[in-house]
Amino acid sequence: MPAAPLPPNPDPVLNQPITPELVKKHGVLPEEYAAIVEALGRPPTLTELGIFSVMWSEHCSYKNTRPLLKGFPTEKLGPTADFGRVLVKAGEENAGIIDVGEGWAIAFKIESHNHPSAVEPFEGAATGVGGIIRDIFTMGARPVLLTNSLRFGELSSPVTRRLFRGVVAGIAHYGNCVGVPTVGGDVYFDRSYEGNPLVNALCLGTLRHDQIRRGAATGTGNPVYYVGAATGRDGLGGAAFASKELSEESQADRPAVQKGDPFMEKLLIEACLEMMAVPGLVVGIQDMGAAGLTCSTCETASRGGTGIEIELDRVPQRETGMNSYEIMLSESQERMLVIVQKGREREIEAVFAKWDLHAALVGSVTDTGRMVVRQHGITVADIPAPALTDQAPVYQRDAREPAYLAVTRAWTPAGLPDLDAAGLRDALPRLLAHPTIASKRWVYRQYDHIVQHGTAVEPGSDAAVVRLRLGDREKFIAIANDCNGRYCYLNPHRGALIAMVECLRNVVCSGATPLAMTDNLNFGNPYKPEAFFALKECVRGLAEACRFFDVPVVGGNVSLYNESREGAIDPTPTVAIVGLIEDERHITRQFARAAGDRLILLGGAPCELGGSQFLGLFHGLKTGDAPAVDMPAEKRLQDFLLAQIKAGAIAAAHDLSEGGLLVAAAEMLFGAAPLGADIDLSALAAPRLDALLFGESQGRVIVAVPPARAAAALADAASRGVPAADIGAVAAGGTLSLRTGVAEAAWSVAELRRAWETAIEEAMKRPGLD
Amino acid sequence: MNIAVIQFPGSNGDQDTFHLFASGLGLPTRYVWHKDATLGGADLVALPGGFAHGDYLRCGAIARFSPIMAAIRAHAANGGLVYGICNGFQILCEAGLLPGALIRNACLEFRCVMCDLSVEPSTAAFSPAALGPSIRLPISHGEGNYRIDDAGLSRLEANRQVLLRYARNPNGSIGSIAGIRNERGNVFGMMPHPDRAFERFHASRDGLAVARAVLASRFPELEKRTA
Repeated sequence: MPAAPLPPNPDPVLNQPITPELVKKHGVLPEEYAAIVEALGRPPTLTELGIFSVMWSEHCSYKNTRPLLKGFPTEKLGPTADFGRVLVKAGEENAGIIDVGEGWAIAFKIESHNHPSAVEPFEGAATGVGGIIRDIFTMGARPVLLTNSLRFGELSSPVTRRLFRGVVAGIAHYGNCVGVPTVGGDVYFDRSYEGNPLVNALCLGTLRHDQIRRGAATGTGNPVYYVGAATGRDGLGGAAFASKELSEESQADRPAVQKGDPFMEKLLIEACLEMMAVPGLVVGIQDMGAAGLTCSTCETASRGGTGIEIELDRVPQRETGMNSYEIMLSESQERMLVIVQKGREREIEAVFAKWDLHAALVGSVTDTGRMVVRQHGITVADIPAPALTDQAPVYQRDAREPAYLAVTRAWTPAGLPDLDAAGLRDALPRLLAHPTIASKRWVYRQYDHIVQHGTAVEPGSDAAVVRLRLGDREKFIAIANDCNGRYCYLNPHRGALIAMVECLRNVVCSGATPLAMTDNLNFGNPYKPEAFFALKECVRGLAEACRFFDVPVVGGNVSLYNESREGAIDPTPTVAIVGLIEDERHITRQFARAAGDRLILLGGAPCELGGSQFLGLFHGLKTGDAPAVDMPAEKRLQDFLLAQIKAGAIAAAHDLSEGGLLVAAAEMLFGAAPLGADIDLSALAAPRLDALLFGESQGRVIVAVPPARAAAALADAASRGVPAADIGAVAAGGTLSLRTGVAEAAWSVAELRRAWETAIEEAMKRPGLD
Repeated sequence: MNIAVIQFPGSNGDQDTFHLFASGLGLPTRYVWHKDATLGGADLVALPGGFAHGDYLRCGAIARFSPIMAAIRAHAANGGLVYGICNGFQILCEAGLLPGALIRNACLEFRCVMCDLSVEPSTAAFSPAALGPSIRLPISHGEGNYRIDDAGLSRLEANRQVLLRYARNPNGSIGSIAGIRNERGNVFGMMPHPDRAFERFHASRDGLAVARAVLASRFPELEKRTA
């Protein structure tokens, strides 16, 4: 039905005719433009075109991924114990919420800031942290921890060093000032991320069940407030920017990168939590993240089944002469939209005055179902709110298996010479010094990981552990992130399964019962069938593992178009899993504690070389199939491990990951106590020495067990069908000695530790390139 | 005994300091907002870590003008205990309640690491005899590089005002100084965090003894009550 056109705008820029070129410049397809005209019943104004372009971008609409994401389980499938129930599901709100018992809950989510970080690493990463923190306190939760998942090109490249240094400094700048500890994360270095680094940031917060807030605008006539920083021209169209490939021209997109103010964010956290603590005052709240004022207004109206009207002249502005297009699309940071109970305006204004912050009354909730925007007395946008959100287009893209997969899958190590004695001695320190495996101390010593004094296991172990204060009770949260893009490149489905099982294993190794998962899907251009194939297969793998282990997905983020001149990045479905530890005594670290403890290898002898760091470092190969995943075996192993930890039999636990068995064994010796180990693998079947020592077969863990408990642990493993082999003992003195059926070697633990601990520091002493 | 923890806008170690005294030592502790005019009869005023007012200018440079600072100055002038941790130390230097200044770490990066610290003989309670010759506390700061002119340094040393020194200097501080007191012995400041080293699960619990030593420097009977 044709609608009456909006009144002409006296601003000639805003009044310009919408040409096909202008539509294309906004990244809107011709058929999408036709859908916009149909939704409005008339052609859009320029402001409206801008609004549609950001709301229908991949970043906001998930238009290319929504059908895939429907495969994720968003609720517990089986019965829940005293904790673990999903209270707010993925996609309903800014972050999902999980019950942790005693009337308390956690909210958590991961989000990417890849493209901004590629163009402006410091501000890009900093604002990524700020954005995810807002997603969490928007739900009513106090942020208690941050983690991040980073991917860069090879550290030998000066460009990579500049990006790495800038990203880490940006995360530190924001997280340290805002006072939320950055307790963990993962960093990988691989050529495929050259020029297109990945910066995924996660935040977790705690709240009582009765403190959960919704991002819904309800109650006709309720006032709509804008709180926080003033709006500027920064970050114009950032969501749309994040939804295209990086190119030479991306530097010209610098205005699309926002600038963060962590002090303002800290004030917003405190003021918003104080405001939300006032009973009945806040009706709905949402942060202005991607697509800023546009997204927060139309999404709250759409969720509330209402309409919303705002007056742009009342929006705090830090520049003069901003038009409606600029104000609606600005992604200035540290801003929130709050819907308040009518008649209680003075109460919200008092809270914000205390914190010296803006609280501007900018509009009201209506019953029209429309988002209406006015500036200078003229209506500049009048759009049915659901057209921007629920009715955004959805596409089923074509998927095609990339040709290289047939070649890599068929590869076998038969043509490669096995390790000899000299190669073996050399291989361990070199692998430990590879930046992907080496200590990330250079990174986390720049992050305040102890503020809020709840950090129980600091960065550097399999999972970080943080104390939660739940009223007068304490519980502990374990959190780990994972994703080896190399495996996903070689076998997207299996690579995603591995990301899940390995992340679960890390959480279980720390003594926690897994609760839920959040994911960040980092992929290439979905219009390229090969890239879409990887996306589809990875999502299938994640969903399959989530169902098998009954770990619901509480939300996440999709970042596509991660390509640079070199082509697409390795598919990187980053997974973060949160687990709960109810008893402080169950907290387990990866570091051996006492000489004499038996070392027991769980899961059997490693036997695969495909996709390993060893193949890359010593043979220059990124090939083979990703290691096999046996989910029932993995489940048996994790159940056994958790039972033994709860029984008090496990002194330390460390899973085998990049670098394999020998790297894991060495890493167990890098704790506070100066220890060594005597390892004897001669009883293990091993067709190849390199695959035994450095292969990355999944479902393996080394545990240190006090000698008096070892026999019972081995017997319990046998009764549960978990392969377990005594491979030696923790030793006093600083030597790691190894015997296999075919070779012997020994290393000084201090020397191994130096190689591992200083590799990144040394690399970063070389200059970066500006 | 009554502890007041000041909350500036941008304080983020306020919970840490609160719980060090409230949960760690079991003392009555409360928050005081920086816009308040009075301390409400506190025995010890603690200025916590963080980034007061954002610290976009010089750290502590704006906080010294917060309304509560007048009450803190008066409290100190009356011989009351004042204790600044990290940003609190920076603010006390900026306010002139402690000598010297804290500038950017020599490495130009933020540092969050555990530090071995030697305990200097300063007060009867804050001494190697009371605390042991060395303790471990974490640091977490970007601007902890302590600076003072030669004359000031000589006075600090001569008056035994240095409380703690780093065993391995992490930030370039002159004389490896990690914490000091004023000449009178009622104003204390340190960059390391006793407020993040007191829980059962912390890598060090030396923060409890340090907090007790600060209190006992003024209230010797406290040593017995909270031990």
